[in-house]
Amino acid sequence: MINTIYRLSAPRRFEIDFEDISFSDNCIVRPTHLSICNADQRYYQGTRDAKVLKQKLPMALIHEGVGEVVYDKSGTFKPKDKVVMIPNIPTADDEIIAENYRESSKFCASSTDGFMQELVEISPSRLVKLPDNINLNVAAFTEIVSVSVHAISRFDTIAHKRREAVGIWGDGNLAFITSLFFKKMYPDTKVYVFGINRDKLNDFSFVDETYLTTEIPSTLRVDHAFECVGAGGSPVAIEQIISYIRPEGTIAIMGVSEYPVPVNTRMILEKGLRMFGTSRSGREDFEKTVELYATHPEIVRFLTHIIGNVVEVNSFADMTKAFELDTRKAFGKTIMHWNL
Amino acid sequence: MVFSVILAGGTGNRMGNTDKPKQFLTIKDKPIIIHTIEKFMAHPDFEKIIVLTPMMWIDHTKRIINRYIGDCDKIVVIAGGDTRNETIMNSINYIEENYTLDDDTIIVTHDSVRPFVTHRIITENIDAAKKYGACDTVIPATDTIVESIDANVISAIPERKNMYQGQTPQSFKAKELRDIYNSLTNAERDILTDAAKILVMKGKDVQLVQGETYNIKITYPYDLKIARSLIEEEEND
Repeated sequence: MINTIYRLSAPRRFEIDFEDISFSDNCIVRPTHLSICNADQRYYQGTRDAKVLKQKLPMALIHEGVGEVVYDKSGTFKPKDKVVMIPNIPTADDEIIAENYRESSKFCASSTDGFMQELVEISPSRLVKLPDNINLNVAAFTEIVSVSVHAISRFDTIAHKRREAVGIWGDGNLAFITSLFFKKMYPDTKVYVFGINRDKLNDFSFVDETYLTTEIPSTLRVDHAFECVGAGGSPVAIEQIISYIRPEGTIAIMGVSEYPVPVNTRMILEKGLRMFGTSRSGREDFEKTVELYATHPEIVRFLTHIIGNVVEVNSFADMTKAFELDTRKAFGKTIMHWNL
Repeated sequence: MVFSVILAGGTGNRMGNTDKPKQFLTIKDKPIIIHTIEKFMAHPDFEKIIVLTPMMWIDHTKRIINRYIGDCDKIVVIAGGDTRNETIMNSINYIEENYTLDDDTIIVTHDSVRPFVTHRIITENIDAAKKYGACDTVIPATDTIVESIDANVISAIPERKNMYQGQTPQSFKAKELRDIYNSLTNAERDILTDAAKILVMKGKDVQLVQGETYNIKITYPYDLKIARSLIEEEEND
C-alpha cells in the first residue's frame, strides 16, 4: 500500500514522500491527534547542529501522538480502537538496560520517521489502548507525560526514603506534568515548584507552594529535586538545586540542553548527591500513565489546562501554521488534528 | 453498510505495447491493483471489498490477491460488465444477493489504477455519501479547459475557476443510483462517461470531495513512469 509521508526536508520546509507499507504482522494506525514537542521544534527551526540536521533530514517529525487502529492482523486490537503510539522501538533484548536507554533502540522523529504520516505501520507492542471517552487532545501528549511517570518511577527506586519535601524546578509543560503526577503519587510529600514566571506558577494550584527562583527563602530545603528547565536555564537551575537540596538527596535531570552544562561537582561530592537523567520512556511507563488517566480522571482535567493551540491540519500550510504558532506560545502544548 | 467497489475493467489498450491490463503492472514489485485494494483494507468502515474485472482476468486477480494479501474473506472478485456503469450495477446486484440493499447502503467506487488514493479521501467520500447521497472526488483544474465540438475549432472556453478534474472515488447510495440508472433510456445511457453523470443528468446533487494532484490514474506508460518515480525515488538515490 502506498503511504503518504510528510517529511521535514530542511528547516521550516515540509515535503511529501511516498513509501510502500506491507500488510505484515504489524498494525496500521491512522494518526488523529499529534502533539508538537520542543525536540520537533529544534528540527523545524534548524537549531540542532548542522551536522545532525544533514544526517537526519528528511524525516517525518512528531513522536507524541494518538490514533485509531485500522488494521491488525495479530488481533490484539480491534479496528477503530483508540491507541497511543510508543515512539521508542527496541530492536534487541537486554535484561539489564531498559528499552528506552538501549543504544540499539530506534526513536520516532529522531532515528526514524515520526508520526506525520497518512498511516503509521507499527508493532502491536508499541501501542497502548486508551480508555473510552478520554480527551484525545490530552492523550496526544501522553509520551511526555510518560517520561514524567518514568522519571518518578526511577526516582522511587533511586532516592532515599525520606521524602518530606521535593522541589521541582521549571514552570513549563514538563514541570507542570511532573509536579502534577508527583503530587498524585506522593500525596504526603510537600511539593514545591520553582519558576521564573509568576503567572505560569499560579497555574500549579495542585502543589503545596510555588516560588520565583529569585525569591526562594534562604532556609528552604528539599530532600530531592527534579530539574525540568533545560536549554539555557539548565546551569542556573542545577546550581540552585545543589544549593537547596539536603545531603544525600537525588536530582532527576529532565530538561534537554543543546550544550554541555557546567555543574558544581564540589558540592555534589560534599553533599553526597545522586543525579540521574531521563528523557525517554518505555512501554511500562505508557501503560502506567494510561492506567493513571483511568483511575484519576482529575489528572486528565488538570492536563487540559496545558492544551495551547489546537490546529486543524488539512494542508502543508496548516502544518506550518501549527509549528509557527507553537514557536510563539508562552506555555502549553500545540495539538494538530491530523486530517491529511 | 459501506462497500468498496474496485473497478478493474481496463484491458490496457492505452498502455503501449503491453498486453497485460494496466492494473497488473507493478510498482515497487507489487501489482498496482494490490496497492489499491490494500488502501481499502486499511479502512475499517468497509463491510466488503468488491473487485470487478473482465471475466477472463478473474482467476488471475484472485491468485495475485492471494499471493500478496493472503486468504482474506473481506475481498471478493466478480465479473464486471460491458461498461463502467454496468460494472457498478453488477456490484450492486452482488450486494443485493449477499447482503441487504437498503437506502443506507453506500458504495465507494474506485479505479483500480489509482493506488495513491488517501485515507482522508476515502473517509470524506463515505461521510459525503452518507450525508448527501452522492459525491465525486475532484481537484481544481490547473489547465484551461477548451471545448471543441467538431475537434477542429474551439466552440467554448469555460471559466477555469469553475472547472475541476474528476478523479475517483465516486460514492453513492447504491439503491438510489441503481434506481435512477434503471430509469434511463438507452440513449441516455450511451452518453454516460461516468457514474456521477447518472445523477447529474437527473438533477440530483453530487457533492465535491477534494482529491489530491497525486491521486493519478495510471493510464499511459508516462503515468506508470511518474508513479514509479514517486515511490521508488528513494531506492534509486
